[in-house]
Amino acid sequence: MTGRRVEVGGAGVDRARPIGFRFDDVDREGLAGDTLASALLAAGVDVVASSPILGRPRGIVSAGSEEPSAFVELTEPWFDPIVAATTVELVEGLAARGRPGVGRLPTSPPPERRARHVHRHVETVVVGGGTAGLEAAEAAAARGDRVLVAQDRPWWGPAIPDPEAQARAARLAVADDVTALASTVALGVYDDGYVVLLERGGDGRDRVWHVRAARVVLATGATERPIAFADCDRPGVMLAGAVRVYLERFAVLAGQRAVVFTTNDGAYPLADRIREAGGEVVAIVDVRDDGSGNAPPVSGIEVLRGWAVAAVEGETRVRAVHLVGPGGRRERVEADLVAVSGGWMPSLGLYRAIGGGLRPDERLAAFVPDGSGPPWLEVVGAAAGEGLPASAPFWYTPAEDLTRHVVDLQRDQTVADVLAAVEAGLRSVEHVKRRTYIGTALDQGRTSGHLVAEIVNAALGDPLGAQGPTTARPPTAPAPFTALAGVDRGELLDPVRTTPIHRWHVANGATFEDVGQWKRPRAYPRPGEDLEAAVLRECRAVREAAGVLDASTLGKIEVVGPDAGAFLDRMYTNRMSTLPVGRIRYGLMLGLDGMVVDDGVAMRLAEDRFLVTTTTGGAAAVLDRFEEWLQTEWPHLRVYCTSVTEQWAVVAIGGPLAREVVRAMGTDVDLDASSFPFMTWREGTVAEVPARLCRVSFTGELSYELHVDGRHGAHVWEAAIAAGEPYGLTPYGTEAMHVLRAEKGYIIVGQDTDGTVTPDDLGMGWIVRTDGSDFLGRRSLERPDARRPDRRHLVGLVPVDRSTLVAEGAQLVARGDADGLGGRPAPEPVPMLGHVTSSYRSAVLGHPFALAMLRAGRSRHGEVVDAVAHGRSVPCEVVPPIFWDPEDARRDG
Amino acid sequence: MLQIPCPWCGPRDEVEFRYGGQAHVAYPEDPAALSDDDWGAFLFFRDNPKGPWRERWVHVAGCRRWFNAVRDTATHRLITTYRLDEPPPELP
Ligand SMILES: [Zn+2]
Repeated sequence: MTGRRVEVGGAGVDRARPIGFRFDDVDREGLAGDTLASALLAAGVDVVASSPILGRPRGIVSAGSEEPSAFVELTEPWFDPIVAATTVELVEGLAARGRPGVGRLPTSPPPERRARHVHRHVETVVVGGGTAGLEAAEAAAARGDRVLVAQDRPWWGPAIPDPEAQARAARLAVADDVTALASTVALGVYDDGYVVLLERGGDGRDRVWHVRAARVVLATGATERPIAFADCDRPGVMLAGAVRVYLERFAVLAGQRAVVFTTNDGAYPLADRIREAGGEVVAIVDVRDDGSGNAPPVSGIEVLRGWAVAAVEGETRVRAVHLVGPGGRRERVEADLVAVSGGWMPSLGLYRAIGGGLRPDERLAAFVPDGSGPPWLEVVGAAAGEGLPASAPFWYTPAEDLTRHVVDLQRDQTVADVLAAVEAGLRSVEHVKRRTYIGTALDQGRTSGHLVAEIVNAALGDPLGAQGPTTARPPTAPAPFTALAGVDRGELLDPVRTTPIHRWHVANGATFEDVGQWKRPRAYPRPGEDLEAAVLRECRAVREAAGVLDASTLGKIEVVGPDAGAFLDRMYTNRMSTLPVGRIRYGLMLGLDGMVVDDGVAMRLAEDRFLVTTTTGGAAAVLDRFEEWLQTEWPHLRVYCTSVTEQWAVVAIGGPLAREVVRAMGTDVDLDASSFPFMTWREGTVAEVPARLCRVSFTGELSYELHVDGRHGAHVWEAAIAAGEPYGLTPYGTEAMHVLRAEKGYIIVGQDTDGTVTPDDLGMGWIVRTDGSDFLGRRSLERPDARRPDRRHLVGLVPVDRSTLVAEGAQLVARGDADGLGGRPAPEPVPMLGHVTSSYRSAVLGHPFALAMLRAGRSRHGEVVDAVAHGRSVPCEVVPPIFWDPEDARRDG
Repeated sequence: MLQIPCPWCGPRDEVEFRYGGQAHVAYPEDPAALSDDDWGAFLFFRDNPKGPWRERWVHVAGCRRWFNAVRDTATHRLITTYRLDEPPPELP
């Protein structure tokens, strides 16, 4: 217990306001204004956590977000799996425990921070609320800019309180058009002045700010470098600047007997501060012996020039310090604190991630911005190298054994590990990083990165600064997923689309399936029925009586204009321009590569007007495709396309008794097959509302699709249910629809096809016109690859045992090839012949069946192949992909 | 995230747009007249320069119109945008 609160300093804490908190199950007290780290230091806690690989004790190293060591899990007042204690504002009731560099998820849902997202446009964003940041913000505000200035710490101005900066912050806080955000870290600066910031509210609420700015000013300050020596990871070895911050801001003296170990003048004033606070300074150990530097004399304190710290003693706290001097002289001194300053590095993570370049600065022994980067970006203050002390280039104290010279405290990696990586042939710091994992922990190597680069430079015999530190990538600080998600979670994750009939489905026990954003009834299980039983019952009803399906989600596009027919001819493989008004035609749409991308029907509503339907999931993509070609290739075609998906509700009634059901609903349309045949549509009224009746069928049964105004959807559905009751009309869902269409051999684009399937592969060569006129994808169908006889073809499969349901996705191999999978190792990989795309039990066939894509499948009808999945193979007979009513008598009836 | 000046709507966030690949690759007048190699070149091959080039975008969450842009692939800076009926600007 060597840290303690002292009487001097403490401008950032309120001594009159104690704050109770709990650390590692012990109740403690800090002060308002403390961070968890300063409160722990004040309470004399040396060991905060342990290191992730070696389990070595870990104390507090820094006073900011660069902290590489003191990681904790917060449990109260909210949960954070892992966070640096130096960045946690102390609040009443806070509870935390040390974590060894990796977080863990709680077993029960933790108290959660709420988050929302805010969008802003400003002229100037300033990242950093220290002296330079406040100056830049005030100057921009004076120009009349809207300004957003963010400071990652809870306070404004430099960490060591400065009255002038505080007065400036106070003016900004009340200035017009200035948004000043404390406790807010810029996660990333992106193209064209787009900045994403995370505000961690002390009230447990997070805000993610998305800001577009004309100008971004980075006043991100500088970070002090450590120096590696033996056991430099022991608690009690701290950055000198941090020791000073704890003293002057928090009134915490981090140790009683200090050694100040420095490469620069910047650490000298610390010695006086420690003594003023009642501590002892054993010595200032300055690596410089060449007369450089102009440090003010510190009275009564020994300055050892040309010396370095070689090692420390002590397990959980520094007890003694070993020094090495000119000519190899050695000395041992009693001390409990080593305040280290290896020089200062401009903090340029954000600058580099957006493309800013660096140049080495010999005076600072550090990297500064080289003036490149986007024109809207500016770097000011210490981040630009201003006001930083000149430093000797000194990265680690030389020694025979470098295996305890820890460089990356969160990865337990040493100078020896870096040199081993170079020895192994790695020449780039990026590669060294990937071998050692240095810089991949939570702190992204903010303190260690530069050391590693210079150790590599030296090991390769390259000059100082030949390679810089690895590029840090956004987010610059750990950001909780709850914050990034904001309110986009649960029900709000994605918009939900429901049909006008949705309420009936819910009220009648439907289970739902997500199709894109749509909720579609999957099936309507009755009490006691599982999904499979419900689906088989629904299928049987459609085959033997009649079923009704809510098909409102079908994509619908009106294509209007004098050239509508000519346009659709180019988009579909078959000719739409010759379609008479009143008729319907099925169409396939291909990619330019000749592969099937969507299907649907086109209804000609008038000479210059078509209604095109698409798959439920493909509606937006098809409309986009229409627009792309109309705008970019054929702007001379007089065509307009309008999505009408949600304007029309579609009630599809199918089955041998479908005609009777529609008639019973009441209609003025003559339903007789001779006047209203398959693939035609008629206009009239059904159930007393205007309707478009379409004779199309996706089940292979006699079917009527009733297209009505969306507002009439529920009415027409309920009218069908009521009128169909005597006929056994049964509502059915997407699962039964899938079975029924597969029995009929009708494909589902995206299930039976995967972007590598031509119309001919599907046995649908009949739909591809051969009159020589062009359509999208036509030329590709003539490429040699599209004409290979051994392409995969759509086939049907029937398990030989007529009872096993094969798995969708099962691989097809030649009979016998799968034997090796039964336990014996297969002698070599067996040729893959194809895969199962759809597989179902059937209510009417008496056996399960499947659709599959099979190499040269049309020439294999009658053969047996093995369908392999989940470690077993199922012999299946290859049959034509149509199981039901091949003559189409039922459909056309 | 880029800020893209739509020629019709003005500057908007990149999330409102979709990328459309290289610009000025016209669909062949008569695809049937092309050799397999020429059709393959049209279908599968695009330029991939380091530096400024012309590319297509569509403002899907805005006016839904296609337009062209000049963007530097090395710096990811969008240099200009122009309408489909405007002549392509010289590359810098
Ligand atoms: Zn637009």
